[in-house]
Amino acid sequence: MSNSIKNLTLKIWRQLGPTVKGTFETYNVEEISDEASFLEMLDYLNERLISEGKTAIVFDHDCREGICGTCSLMINGQAHGPQRGGATCQLHMRTFSDGDNIVIEPFRAEAFPIIRDLMVDRSKFDRIIESGGFITAPTGGAPDANLIAIPKPVSDSAMDSAQCIGCGACVAACPNGAANLFTGAKVAHLNRLPQGQPERFKRVEAMVETMDEYFGSCTNHGECEGACPKEISVDVIALLNKDYRKAKFASRKDLAR
Amino acid sequence: MAQAVSSQRGPVTGTAMRSHKRRPFLLDLYSTAVGKKYVMAITGIAMMGFVLFHMIGNLKMYLGAADLNHYAKFLEELLYPIAPHGVTLWILRAGLITMLLLHLHAAYSLTVLNRRARPVKYQSARDYQIATFASRTMRWSGIIALAFITWHLLDLTFGVVNDHVGTKDAEGLKDVYGNVVFSLQRVPVAIFYVVANVLLGIHLFHGAWSIFQSLGWNNPRFNKWRRAFATGFAAIVVIGNVSFPIAVLAGVVGN
Repeated sequence: MSNSIKNLTLKIWRQLGPTVKGTFETYNVEEISDEASFLEMLDYLNERLISEGKTAIVFDHDCREGICGTCSLMINGQAHGPQRGGATCQLHMRTFSDGDNIVIEPFRAEAFPIIRDLMVDRSKFDRIIESGGFITAPTGGAPDANLIAIPKPVSDSAMDSAQCIGCGACVAACPNGAANLFTGAKVAHLNRLPQGQPERFKRVEAMVETMDEYFGSCTNHGECEGACPKEISVDVIALLNKDYRKAKFASRKDLAR
Repeated sequence: MAQAVSSQRGPVTGTAMRSHKRRPFLLDLYSTAVGKKYVMAITGIAMMGFVLFHMIGNLKMYLGAADLNHYAKFLEELLYPIAPHGVTLWILRAGLITMLLLHLHAAYSLTVLNRRARPVKYQSARDYQIATFASRTMRWSGIIALAFITWHLLDLTFGVVNDHVGTKDAEGLKDVYGNVVFSLQRVPVAIFYVVANVLLGIHLFHGAWSIFQSLGWNNPRFNKWRRAFATGFAAIVVIGNVSFPIAVLAGVVGN
């Protein structure tokens, strides 16, 4: 096929460490196949840099099938690049045209400090998850399957939120650097299910307050939903807000605290 | 099994709550960004109610000077004689001023929080997918609306920049109609009114939708109406308000 091979100009952010000043550097890559993924294109460039005795570009990646949430990258001003519902590893070079200029930048937020080049530290998400704690579950013999009846729409919507892979694209895309979509997804995942009810309000309170320590605030741009590789809806943010209000207003006796 | 220990928060258990002393309930709620958004939304609703009724009240100018001036008198006499002259109006004004101050404080502190959340901006151009012009200019449209409110009060309430304020009409009532005509016959002032009200409309276009999210009012039954409500509300307020300076300049009002 004639148009399946591309030559591209890449402008990539290089930064030696968290406190070092970074800068964009320009690289030309030739003969990139349409079938290559974006990360494979970067691998190809890294192989060349290594063979030329230069340092490879550091970027996050792991499963390369869109389920681990490790890859990141702002590609041409969009988190995970110009596609809906996919992570950077699922972005293929057929999305781009021959001769394109592609700008690659790390996710930027105070909570996501740059480790090196395009790699950022997203462990602040773990702080939010930790503060959410565990669910109370009976121990002992394995319960019968379907012992707890869950209506299909409830389990569907909980599953929609549970799809979150914690990649941080919502924070990266948010003009305010807010983590409400991530926190909302995690809260909605458990708060919609019967198993999540005993800690429902404690959980939302703790997670919102931890989120506040590191992230910005939601101003309802909706940019997070557009960037989310799992297309999680901003509906979860409304649920987060509603449960937070309920947690504050409900009687503490009802909340078993 | 060893308990997972977070360096910042201590042991993590099923009841992971930080045991700090809680502030009084409302201050506690206001201390988080989510709580501040509730304040933004509730004060926003109050001010939306005001701008709507303010616009509807001003439509009286199309009925003539007597109607508008009597309406102004009615507002001063609201709930009279239960409350003395003008007291109800001042209570309402005090409420509005409180709402505005809370809206401003929440907006200011959230802006500070958001700036801090991304101290180093993206070095390449962003390509926004969903954020609208309205949502990204809320701070600017808000600040310009505030400047407009200041001018508007100096103009038609206090008469600092309007020599007609203080004049009585034939019935001995405050000549509100004359004040409006005097003010809006000045072309630069009329243009400022039009521009500021269009910006107010842009502010409302995002704000009136945003309220539903901030208050957690999300339901598939009415979600598709939220955008329509915000667009319709903003359009009604803008069309009404923008019509006044145009009507005065066109001579429809004032002859």
